[in-house]
Formats: sequence, structure tokens, C-alpha cells
Amino acid sequence: MSDVSQTHASLAPSSAQKFRQRFLPFLVFGAILLLIPMTDPSRTMYALMHQMAIYIVFALAYNMLLGKGGMLSFGHAVYFGFGGYLCMHAMNWIDDGGVWGAFPTFFLPVLGFVGGAVSAVVIGSFSTKRSGTTFAMISLGVAELIFAGAFMFDSLFGGEQGISGDRMNGPEVFGLSMGPQSDIYWFMAFWTILSVIAMYAFTRTPLGRLSEAVRDNPQRVEFIGYNPQRVRWLVFSISGGFAGLAGGMSAVNYEIFTPEALSLIPSGFVLIMAYVGGITYFAGPIMGAVLLTYMSSMMSDFTEAWLLYLGLMFVLIVMYAPRGIAGIVFGFWDGIRGANSAELLRKWSVQLLGCLLMLIGLIILVEVSVRWSNGWGEAFEPFGLHFTHADIVTWIAIFVPIVAGGYVLRLATREKEEMPA
Amino acid sequence: MTTPALSLKNLCKSFGPAKIINDVTLDVAKGERHAIIGPNGAGKSTLFNLISGLYTPTSGTVSLNGTLISGVAPYEINRMGLSRSFQVSNIFSNMTVRENVRCGVLHSLGQGYSFWKSVTSSKEVQEKTWEVLEHCSLLDKANTPAALLPYADQRALEIAITIAGGAEVILLDEPTAGMSHSETDRAVELIRKSTEGKTLLIVEHDMGVIFDLADRISVLVYGEIIASAPPSEIRGDPKVREAYLGDEALPEETA
Amino acid sequence: METIVFALLNGVIYGLLLFMLSSGLTLIFSMMGVLNFAHASFYMLGAYFAYTIMGATSFWLALFIAPILVGLVGAVVERYGLRKVHANGHVAELLFTFGLAYLIEEIVKIVYGKTAVDYKIPSLLDFPAFTIYGASFPAYRMFMLFIAIGMLVGLWFLLKKTRAGLIIQAALTHPHMVGHLGHNVPLIFMTVFGIGCALAGLAGVIAGNIFVTDPAMAVLMGPIVFVVVVVGGIGSLEGAFLASILIGLLQNFAVGISASFADIFWFTGLSPTSEIGDITVSSLAPVLPFLLLVLMLIFRPRGLMGEQEL
Repeated sequence: MSDVSQTHASLAPSSAQKFRQRFLPFLVFGAILLLIPMTDPSRTMYALMHQMAIYIVFALAYNMLLGKGGMLSFGHAVYFGFGGYLCMHAMNWIDDGGVWGAFPTFFLPVLGFVGGAVSAVVIGSFSTKRSGTTFAMISLGVAELIFAGAFMFDSLFGGEQGISGDRMNGPEVFGLSMGPQSDIYWFMAFWTILSVIAMYAFTRTPLGRLSEAVRDNPQRVEFIGYNPQRVRWLVFSISGGFAGLAGGMSAVNYEIFTPEALSLIPSGFVLIMAYVGGITYFAGPIMGAVLLTYMSSMMSDFTEAWLLYLGLMFVLIVMYAPRGIAGIVFGFWDGIRGANSAELLRKWSVQLLGCLLMLIGLIILVEVSVRWSNGWGEAFEPFGLHFTHADIVTWIAIFVPIVAGGYVLRLATREKEEMPA
Repeated sequence: MTTPALSLKNLCKSFGPAKIINDVTLDVAKGERHAIIGPNGAGKSTLFNLISGLYTPTSGTVSLNGTLISGVAPYEINRMGLSRSFQVSNIFSNMTVRENVRCGVLHSLGQGYSFWKSVTSSKEVQEKTWEVLEHCSLLDKANTPAALLPYADQRALEIAITIAGGAEVILLDEPTAGMSHSETDRAVELIRKSTEGKTLLIVEHDMGVIFDLADRISVLVYGEIIASAPPSEIRGDPKVREAYLGDEALPEETA
Repeated sequence: METIVFALLNGVIYGLLLFMLSSGLTLIFSMMGVLNFAHASFYMLGAYFAYTIMGATSFWLALFIAPILVGLVGAVVERYGLRKVHANGHVAELLFTFGLAYLIEEIVKIVYGKTAVDYKIPSLLDFPAFTIYGASFPAYRMFMLFIAIGMLVGLWFLLKKTRAGLIIQAALTHPHMVGHLGHNVPLIFMTVFGIGCALAGLAGVIAGNIFVTDPAMAVLMGPIVFVVVVVGGIGSLEGAFLASILIGLLQNFAVGISASFADIFWFTGLSPTSEIGDITVSSLAPVLPFLLLVLMLIFRPRGLMGEQEL
């Protein structure tokens, strides 16, 4: 018997492995969060990081549905919004004093969680009866209903202006007045790390595992004693709760919430973030949230067509890299440590070259089009070059790289097909 | 007279005008190994789907240990102690073998839908999982993703998930389909070992397996049971021979 | 009286328009299992293409060419995009079309600008068709009605009377069987996707000029078409038809009712100045399809004509 248990122990992951896989990433993440304020970030830097924190939590909550539960939702901002709105109201109740006056703003995300979870329990009670594409359609319909309905109840949602408040009321905790950006940073860091750990832990609970089982094979789940609808409902509710928590973080950060926050636009954005990051990895949505938040704030300064690039990136990832950026990163990491790393590196450089060539052509095409469409007669002038839509040189600069890049990529794929032979 | 483990009474199932199961009455005693044979399209899988709750009968009843279970949801039937396998491997292909079995163990050990504790926190669950894996000779493949298992091992995993919950009544749908001879022998051994003291209802095409394993055999033809008797009687039954003519030969008595 | 007649007519027209969109969506969905999120984007493309063609030639030419162009775009999308994603499952396909909807909207914004284009009703049809009780009904709406009925008859003929229709019907119920009959399934898929998109395009051509042709028209129409498909029962053309007409009538009748909740629920003592009492039925009109969806899911999850719960 002791012999057997020894074999078992050797088959289970070792404690060193467990530490490396389950704890080290969180320690590194926590350390980075602690170190960032020492670099004395600017106000814009703080604003950007806070936005990232909100989206990290939101995207992870979303992936609890899509990646782990197989539920594609087009309306998850509803729960983000409900959580956020509840926090905005609470912020004003705190302002009014009374019993609420003793509630520290720092803990508002708890209320956000409650708001998101309760609304998800109610809506999930009928929407999670279905799965797959039907669930997706329902999520869209429900989101539209709530978004349109929000404009009818001004006392709850504040109409066009939304509801605003002041986060500086209420008692201080941890010596944070919640006024300056640097105070908010600690608020964000606290709730982000807490939520990330909680959501990771969730994947390791019985319900978390069942959620993956329901995603892969709902029928079989019925025959091991579980009701897949119940599993989906519970997962949906908890995911709604974390979305609401992110909404609470957002409420404290911006001190305003408008019905737009419930609309299909943020719902779509969180979907894109999670997917681009990589829904099969826990860390994927974190990468997606950081990258896309950064891009949306930086690139929208550079180009008007930022949304087009975003859409293009999304479609390409769906088509060619369904495991997202995390898949590319981890694939690269495994590849360069593998046996034929030199061969792989060569192949990847060729592919990268092809992609870059196509990208150059595409960027010129898009930028020239955007300027033409504005009708200002402006030219696209990167690095001192001059492209106008009427110039034949422009079209050469567009199509030559695209065709060349396409050719290079074709060569690379053909090589790959011949390799096993 | 004890209550039978499984009791079907006048069970009928129609899909539109097509009567797939027609007035089936059958009792399976506790601890019995009961096999169902019949030509292709006789309704064997439909019968399993009716018993396990996937389909609701058009008329008639199914009882498990005397409790009516027709029309009850599959997961509730499972909780009452009836577990089934599938003809086509029906496993959680993105999980490892160990995780597959662990999912099968969870409910029977009272883990419910809990999300406040780690799945590894229950020692009982871990031990039971290892036990089932060892029992099904899947220990060395515990950390292999289920999708990468060889076919025969996928079938073994299918059985492992089925028995993991500790159900007293086991339904196996063609567990050895598509296996080689040596693989079949291994599977039969596994089935015999796993259903020790339990009630087994098995659908199988391999007559060798059936006559080796079963205490009693029922022959299902066009949705009706034409005979139900111990293997020795079935072999000599002219009705059965007629039904099987040109389909599969019944094996002769081997010394 | 004239409000009832007009609401009835407009409701039927709007319903048929919805059916033009939902029939294509249903065909694509039940044959290929693909929920085309970008379906309403093809509707938008139809309107924009027609606007361009009308500018260069005439509306009548646009009426024919624009849907065909949209259908071709759809076929190309299926062949070079969707087919690649197919191996990754239906959710991946849905995500692909979601991204596509995004892309089409952005491209339309670049090519045609962010504001509405001036897509006009042809002057030939710009007169009142008839007048009852002093209110006139525009001829163009009658024209829409005829086109929609024509489409209905055409679709019915295609499905019931032609060989291609038989194959499509067989593929609806037994998608795997058709391949065994020796038919080129990928080609059938491409054709069905193209036809579905062309129908959406046709809806865009005839509706773009009486509604507004702007980059938001896809986002406005898309969710309602989804509602139609779910309410009708997924995969059922008859259901889609019923649900289209039902929602068309519902919305058009609601718009005409100016009573508020306080008027309707007077017996509860609801104050007309309170937030709930102040809501009028007409202001509810845009929300009604979604309300219907939620009620349907709670009380009859398989939809009007759905075969089973999915």
C-alpha cells in the first residue's frame, strides 16, 4: 500500500512545480505592482494603469465565461454596469452620511461584486438555460433591453448625464484619502491582485473544474450527477460578480457612470480583449487587457483608424492564432527551449518578415484612405515620406509589400507542409 | 421477492410515427449481469437513453430499486445510483485522465457545486481518484490529456468515469466496440472486476464477451424483447436463431 | 381608424423586411450552424452599394445589382474567411463574424464617412399611393410591400420547386447526409451564405432610403434580427416568418399608442408624474422585441415553431 501511494505522489505535480506554476507568477505580479510607484509615474501613466487594472479584472471575469465556461456573451458590460452604478449610488449615500457615512469608499468594489452577482443571478436564471450560439444571441438581446431600459429610469441611471459622485467622502482606511492618483493606485493594486488570485483559485475549485467539463461536454456532465444548466448559472453569476467588482473599481476611479457603460460597445471591447489575449490561458486576458488598453490610449492619438486596426487584429487572431497572444508568447517560449529551436526561429523570422511587409502595405492603404475620406486633402507622411491617394507611387508602396509579404508567407506555409515528408 | 434493481414496464418510445421501443418489460435483479443483444437498429441505444433519462418514454415506466425514474433528469438518476457509459467515447477531451476521473468522483463524495474550496482539498476525492485510475490500469497515463489517449484507453477511461461515482447500477453501451482481441480481453476483465457485486446492464455486439460475462441475456429485435433467459437457453432458442440469421452467428458451446 | 390601417400596413412591411434578414440568417444557421453576427452588416452594405450605384446610374439598376454584389461579398467572405475558421467550431465562427461586423462598419466609415449619406427614394415612386381619412400613404412603401412579397414567393419557389431547393431542405435537416449524395457541400455552403447575404442586401436597398443610411444602421438592426430568430424558434423558417410579422406589427402598433403606464394601470393608483407612470407605450416600442425575447425564453424556451430545446 505504501508502495502505491508513493507512485501517486510521484504522478501528482511536485511542490517545486506547483510553486513555479501556481505561486511564482503571482509573486512576480505582486512585486511589479509594488515597484511601479517607485518609478514615480506621471498622471497620465497612473490613469492608464488604473484603466488597465479595471480591464484586467473585467477581462478575467469575462474569460471565466468564455474561456472556462464556453459561454460567449455579447452583453457582459451589463453586470459591469450594474456593479458600477450600485457603487455610484453608494458613493452618494456615503456623502449623505447616516449609517452609510461609516462605509469606506475603499471597499466599494465589494458592493460592486454584490450588484453584478445579484443581477447575473436574476438574468442568468433564464439565459443560462441555453448554451453556445443561442446563449450568445440571448446575451445580446438582454443587453439591448437593459441598455434601452436604462434611459427610462433616470433616478437609477441618471439619463444621458449619468450619475456622478465624490470618492473622497467616507472614512479613510490604510491611510488613503482616496484623493490623489497615487492613493487610487493602491486601491487598484489591492483589488486587482485580490481578484486575480480569487479568480485563479476559482479555476481550481470543484465548480471551476465542472465549468470546464460543461464547456467540453455538457451531456457527459449530466451523467456524472451534475446539472449543466446549474453549473452554467453559478459560473455566470460569479463571473457577473467579478465584472461588477471591476465596475466598482471604475466607479471609484472615474467618479461617474453613464448608461453607455452598459452598452454593446464595452461588451464587445472586453470580448476582444479576452480573445486577443488568449482565452485558453488564465494569463491571456490579463495580457489582452494590458495590451489593448495601452494601444487604445496610445494609438487613438496617432490614427483615426484605430478601431479598424483593432477589428483587423481580432479577425486575424480568430483566423490564424485562436490561442491569442498568450498562445504566441508561450508557443515561442516553448519553441526556443525545444530541440529544433534554430529551425523554428528561422521559420518564425520568415513569417514575421512576411507579416511585417503586409502590415506596411496595409498601414499605408488605411492611412491614405482615412485622409482621403476626411476630404482635407492631407497626405500620409510617415518618416518624411509623402503619400497621396492620387499618386501612383502610393499604390506601388501599398501593393508591392502586400504581394511580397503574401508570397513570403505562402512560401513559409508550403515549407511547413513539406517538412514532415 | 426483493425489488429488482432495474425494472422496465411496458416501455414504449416513438419518434414521430416510428416506434423504436415497443412494449418492453424487463426486470434486472440486484447483482445480476444482464446483457442486451440484437441486430443493428433494434433500439438498444434508445433503450439505454430511456433508462438513463436522456429520453422521456412515450409510455410505460422505468424504476430504479422500486423508485420511478422515467421522466427524471439524467443527473438526478445518476445521483440515485445509476451510471452509464456511451457507445462513442464521451469524455472531457481537454482535461487530463486524472481530471476526467476526478470529475466523475466529485458528486458522489458530496463536493456539490462548491466554489469555496480547492478541488484538491478533499483527501477522499484524491484517494478515490487514484483508486479508480489504478483499478482501470490508467495510472501511468494519469497526466496525459484525454484527447491524446489511444482508442482502447479512451474506452477504459469511459468506463472509469462511469464507475467513478460508485453507482450500484451500471449501464455499459458497447464497451468493447472497435477493439482488438487482446484489448477486448483486457476490457472484459476490467468490466468483470468493476461490476463485482453491482448490477450490470450491457449492450454488446461481441457474442464472445456476452456469453462469457452475462448471467442473463435479453434479445431485442425491432424494439421488442423476444427472449430473456440465461445464456445456455438463449443459445438454443429457435426464435433467436431466426432473428440473427444472416446477421451474426452465435458462438457454439465451447468446451 | 387610419392609424390602425397604417400601423397594420407598416407593421407588415417592416415584418417582411425583418423576414428578408431573418430568413437568410436562419438558412445559414440551420445549414452551416453558423450564426452570422455580421448579417445586418450585409444589410448595411446593400444600402450603401445601392446609394453608390444610384448615384452613377439609376435606382432600378441598383435594385438588381446591389444585392448581387452583396451576395458576392458574402460568398468571398465564406470562401476565404469562414471556411478557415470552420475547423475551430461554431463559437470561433461566431467570433469571426463578430469581428467582420466590426471591420465592415469601420470600412464603411472610411469610405462613406461617419454621417448619413443622402440615399433618396426614386422620384418615380415619390408620391402618395392613396389617401384615407385625410392621411396619405407613400407609394414607396407599397413598392416595398410588393418587393417583399415577391421575395417571399421567390424564396418559396426556390425551396419547394427547384432541385437546389430540395438539396437545401435536405441539408437543413441532415447536414451530413448531403455530402453522401455526392454533392459538393462546401459549394452549397458558399452559395447559401451568398444568397443569405444577398437577401440581407436587398433589404438594405429597399429600406436604406426610407430609414437612414449611416454606419450605425447595422448595429440598430442586428440585435432585432437575432431576436426574431430566437423568438421564431431557431432553425425554423416558418417561425422566423411568424416572429418577423409579429414583431413588425407589435412595434408599429406600439408607436401609435401614446397612453402612458399611469393611464393603463390607473387602477393601481400609479401617479402620472412618477417615473414608471410617465413611461408611454410608444416610448417602449424599441424595447418591445427584447422584452418579447425575455418573456419567450421564460415561458416557451423553444420559441414559436422551434423543434426542441437546444
